[in-house]
Amino acid sequence: MLSILRAIGTVLRHTFRPRETIQYPEQQPYLPPRYRGRIILSRDPDGAERCVACYLCAAACPVDCIALQATQDETGRRYPAFFRINFSRCIMCGFCEEACPTLAIQLTPDFEMSEYRRADMVYEKEDLLIAGPGKYHEYNFYRVAGRAIGGKDKGAARNESPPVDVRSLLP
Amino acid sequence: MIETIVRPLLIIAAAMGTALTTAAGLIWLERRLLAVWQDRLGPNRVGPFGLLQVVADMIKIFFKEDWIPPFADRPVFVIAPALLVVSVLMSYAVVPFAPGIVVADLNVGLLFFLAMVSLGVYGLALGGWSSNNKYALLGAIRATAQMLSYEVFMGLAVMGVVILSGSFNLQQIVRAQEGMWFCIPQFAGLVIFLIAGFAESHRLPFDLPEAESELIAGFHTEYSGIKFGLFFVGEYMGITLISMMTVILFFGGWMGPLLPPVVWFALKTFVLICVFILMRASLARPRYDQLMHFAWKVLLPLALLNVMVTGAIVLAFD
Repeated sequence: MLSILRAIGTVLRHTFRPRETIQYPEQQPYLPPRYRGRIILSRDPDGAERCVACYLCAAACPVDCIALQATQDETGRRYPAFFRINFSRCIMCGFCEEACPTLAIQLTPDFEMSEYRRADMVYEKEDLLIAGPGKYHEYNFYRVAGRAIGGKDKGAARNESPPVDVRSLLP
Repeated sequence: MIETIVRPLLIIAAAMGTALTTAAGLIWLERRLLAVWQDRLGPNRVGPFGLLQVVADMIKIFFKEDWIPPFADRPVFVIAPALLVVSVLMSYAVVPFAPGIVVADLNVGLLFFLAMVSLGVYGLALGGWSSNNKYALLGAIRATAQMLSYEVFMGLAVMGVVILSGSFNLQQIVRAQEGMWFCIPQFAGLVIFLIAGFAESHRLPFDLPEAESELIAGFHTEYSGIKFGLFFVGEYMGITLISMMTVILFFGGWMGPLLPPVVWFALKTFVLICVFILMRASLARPRYDQLMHFAWKVLLPLALLNVMVTGAIVLAFD
């Protein structure tokens, strides 16, 4: 009996508590930087595309919403000829971001991507590609990877020594 | 001519209008108040303070498909929600809103109210039975058992008031509270009447006939569209009715200083409706056997004791 009265009293006291509701369109909620929202393709600090079109994101995607085609420029640098994400299928799981070896594909704290037509939910590469490096400001895949591309030979990467000819006896 | 025809018609229209508009407005009030007690805001988008939410809800429920399941007992299925609403609406006939403003000034007004509240159980029982669905039937069985056992001492609880005022006429009961509201000498009766009222209007914590968490929606599982809406109109009108009766029997009806009687009546009723919603916000639903145990082993003896003590005191002092 007493517990019932105490329950009523507790509920009544909640009249004066601050409200939890965030009145969404007028009041924007705080989303942490790691929030899994709209997917973007980032660029490295030099301004070149990070994506090397390795298909790992497309393979990791559980709903098969990523489609891309690899190609190479004249210096041997790989990049996607097209990169397409169908956001009407995407479940924002972030597996593509985890799979990406070059930190190119990233999820952002933005969820306001409703459209009236389903076809508008398909984002092409120019919709996905942003100007900056996204969450990782310093990382540049070709500066730390061993692969030779135009302007950088083998052994020229950071923390890397020039290759040794193991068949030669000369020091 | 004006006294005999127009005036009663006006009062009937006013009573019907009050009953139906409060029933609709309560949808909004309940959602807002529940939100207040759960640290939320509630519906506040449609119109000022979200008041037009009522209109939006009405439009929605009118345009929903009115589906009658092929396995249902069709005529009974259709008539059940109307039975509930009509039985509640009939009770409004004896409610004195202010001195002289009453549809039917019966000298057995209180008995008429109790009888009509008892009839309400037919709406639930027939609705659950005709749905031909096990959850609906379970809900209907519970509704019948609950309402039958709680109306026993609902009647007994108000007998104290009848003894004190010496009348079954609701207007005279209110007038008898000129000196002191019956909530003070009849406090036990008030508590028992309120608990029975919660059970009669099958509201939380006594919403076992519906019991969303165990019986889907209880007796109205198979109902949709405006028939479903009618069950809810009946429920909300039941809340208003029980609040009005509590005000009349225990809180001095229309009496109060300064403001006109109708305003006092409305204010008191409003406070009691808020109490109804507060109970819903704070209390949990008891188990079925606890409900029956509470009714027959605790409240019924208490109500009988209350009647006996009140009778003895009145007899001793007269």
